[in-house]
Amino acid sequence: MTDSLDLTGAVCPIPLPHNEQIVLGHGSGGKMAADLIAKTFLPAFDNPALRAGDDGAVVEVPPGKLVLSTDSHVVSPLFFPGGDIGHLAVCGTVNDLAVMGATPLYLTAGFILEEGLPLDTLQRIVHSMRAAAEEAGVQIVSGDTKVVQRGKADGVYIATAGVGVLPPGRQLGGAQAQPGDVVLLSGPMGDHGIAVLAARGELGFETDIHSDCAPLNGLIARLLAACPDVHVLRDPTRGGVATTLNEIARQSGVGITLFEKNLPVRPAVAAVCEMLGFDPLYVANEGKVLVILPRQSADRALEALRASKEGREAVLIGEVTATPPGRVLMKTAIGSTRVVDMLAGELLPRIC
Amino acid sequence: MNTFDFTQSFRDADLVRGVMEEIRRTVTRPWVLMEICGGQTHSIVRHGLDQLLPPEIELVHGPGCPVCVTPLEQIDRALAIASRPDVIFTSYGDMLRVPGSNRDLFSIRAQGGDVRVVYSPLDAVKIARENPHKQVVFFAIGFETTAPPNVMAVRQAKALGLKNFSVLVSHVRVPPAIRAILGSPSNRVQGFLLAGHVCSIMGYWEYPPLAEQYRVPMVVTGFEPLDLANGILKVIQLLEAGQVEVANAYSRLVTFEGNRPAQQMISEVFMDCDRAWRGIGVIPQSGWRLRPEYAKFDAEERFDVAEIAPKESPLCIAGQIMQGMKKPHDCPAFGTLCTPEHPLGATMVSSEGACAAYYKYGR
Repeated sequence: MTDSLDLTGAVCPIPLPHNEQIVLGHGSGGKMAADLIAKTFLPAFDNPALRAGDDGAVVEVPPGKLVLSTDSHVVSPLFFPGGDIGHLAVCGTVNDLAVMGATPLYLTAGFILEEGLPLDTLQRIVHSMRAAAEEAGVQIVSGDTKVVQRGKADGVYIATAGVGVLPPGRQLGGAQAQPGDVVLLSGPMGDHGIAVLAARGELGFETDIHSDCAPLNGLIARLLAACPDVHVLRDPTRGGVATTLNEIARQSGVGITLFEKNLPVRPAVAAVCEMLGFDPLYVANEGKVLVILPRQSADRALEALRASKEGREAVLIGEVTATPPGRVLMKTAIGSTRVVDMLAGELLPRIC
Repeated sequence: MNTFDFTQSFRDADLVRGVMEEIRRTVTRPWVLMEICGGQTHSIVRHGLDQLLPPEIELVHGPGCPVCVTPLEQIDRALAIASRPDVIFTSYGDMLRVPGSNRDLFSIRAQGGDVRVVYSPLDAVKIARENPHKQVVFFAIGFETTAPPNVMAVRQAKALGLKNFSVLVSHVRVPPAIRAILGSPSNRVQGFLLAGHVCSIMGYWEYPPLAEQYRVPMVVTGFEPLDLANGILKVIQLLEAGQVEVANAYSRLVTFEGNRPAQQMISEVFMDCDRAWRGIGVIPQSGWRLRPEYAKFDAEERFDVAEIAPKESPLCIAGQIMQGMKKPHDCPAFGTLCTPEHPLGATMVSSEGACAAYYKYGR
C-alpha cells in the first residue's frame, strides 16, 4: 500500500452467484447453503417438518414399533436406464423398511456433493427423489449437504435413513424361514446390475436393459394383506439372489434348494451375463423381493404379487429344507445338484 | 420368433439325459478323462454334469485356466509395473484377484495405482491414445483363444505409432501342455476333451501326432452341458473301441484348419518360447512371446522387470491338480487355509480354476 493510491469510487466486486455449479461455498452453512436449500431442496421435498427449518424433524407416528434403516448410495454413472442415484436412494431405504414388514413413513437424506457438480444435475436427482418419494408415499423430512473438493468424490453420494412403523403383532426376519416353506421371487434377476454396467459404456455394445429400481412398499403391503403368514421378506440387492438366500439360510439354520429351471432371467440379461462370465444369481436387483412363506400360501402369494406391476413376473424359485443347515443348493436344469455359495468379492468379468 | 437360442438349446435336460444314457450303455470299464480347458471345468461343475456320469468315468481337470497358470514371476512383474505412478495398468477382470508373492492388483489399486479392468485389449489401446503422458500396459495373458485380440492390439498400437503402449505377455499353448502331461511317468489320463474355443482359432491339426505318439484319443469339445456330454460320449466310444483318433464334437464352431487368417496374424507378432506354468514349472516351447520386431511393445523390456523371480507357497498342490494327479480335496489347505477370498495358489483364484470351482459348487 502506498499513500498515492486513489480509492475514490473503489467498490468490492460483487461475487458471482454460482448458480450453475456446486462450489465449496454451497457446503459452508452460510448464505449459499441456505440458497441451495431454499431453491433446490425445499421446493422439491416440501412438507411441514422440513419447512420448519429446525435441526431435527418432528413427526407424527401411528402406534406400533419403529423400524429404522440407513443406506448410502454411490453409483457410476449417476443416471442409467430405468433410474438414477436419487431414485435409488429413496427406493433403497423404502425397500429395506418394507421388507421388515414396516410401513415406511419418513426419510432423511445426506448429500455429499463434489465441487463442480452442475446444479442442473443435482436438480434432476432431487426431482427424481421427489417422484420416488411420492410414489412410495413417504416424506423427506430432514437433510444435510456437504461439499468436498473436486476429485474427492464421484459427483454426488446420497445417504438416506428411514423410519417406518411395524403394525402391532407383525414380525418378519431372516431367522424365520422354516422347513416346508417355499421361496418366491417377484420378477427377473439382474436387471439393475446389468443396466448400470451397460450404462458405463465400457462393454462395446448397447442394450435396452432397464434397471428394476422401484419402491416395493405397495407391493409388499398387498402381499402381506393377502398372506399374513409370510416368514421372511428380503430385497436381493448387491450380491444378488444367491448371496441374500445364503444369508437367510444361515440366519434361520435351514437349507434352501433352488430350481434352476424356474429362475427368471430376461434373455438380454442372460446374454450379457453369458458374454462376461457373470451368473445372474449374483447380479444386483433394486426392485425385487424374495418371499419365504408356508407352501400352502404360495398360490395366494403369487396371485397377490402378480396383481401389481412390480410383481407381475413373480415365480416360485425354491423351497426350504431342514438340511443342509446354512447352505443353498440348486437342482440344475439337467437334474444334478450343486451348492450355490455367497459372492466372494467384487463381481469380475472372466477372461474367456 | 425364429431366433435360435444358443445357450438354452444346448442345456436341454432331455437331450443331455439321452446322451448320458448312451454313455452308460457304452462304458464297460473305468476310464480317466481330462478336460483340458478351465471353462469346461467350470461348466461341468456348475451344471453338475459329473454327477450324472456313470461311476466308471473319472474326470480330471487340466491346466487350461489362463489365470491359474500365469506364473508367479509374471504376476509379480505385473504388480511392480502397476505400482509405478506413470503407469495405467489394464487387465481382464479376473487377474485382479490373483495373488503374487505378497499382494494382488486389487491392493495396488487400493494403494493408489491406476489399475483398470478392460473387456478387450483394444480398449487398452484406446486408453493409451487418450492418455499420451501415461504408459499404458495391458496384461496379455491367455491361451490361443485370446491371442488374436492381443495381437490385434499390438498391431493397432504399431499402426498408430503409439509410444506409450506395451503388453506384458504371458501366453501359453495347449499342445505342449498335453505333451507334458502325457509324457509324465505318473500320467493317468486315458482320453482328452480338447478345448473348443482354442480349436476354433487353431483348428485341431496339431493334435493327431500327439494322439498317435501316446495312443490317447482326443475329442474337440464345447462348453454347454450337451456339448460336454457329447464330447465325453465320443471319447468313451473311441476308448471302448480301442481307436486312437482326434474327433470333432464341436463342429458348429471348429474346423480342422481353424481360423487361418488369425493363425497367420498370431505368427507375425508372436514366436514360440519356453514358458513357466504356475504350479507346474517350465514347459519347453509352451508359450508365445513378442517377436523381436515388436520388442518396443514388450513391457518386460520397457520396465526392466526381468530380475523379478519369486518362489511359490510350499503348501499349494495346484501343480499336481493341474496335471490330473490329485483332486482339490486331496489338499490339506483346501477350504481352510485356502479359499477364494484368500487363495494360496493358482487354482483357487479364477472361477475356471479347479479348486475355486469345487469350492464354489460345494464339492
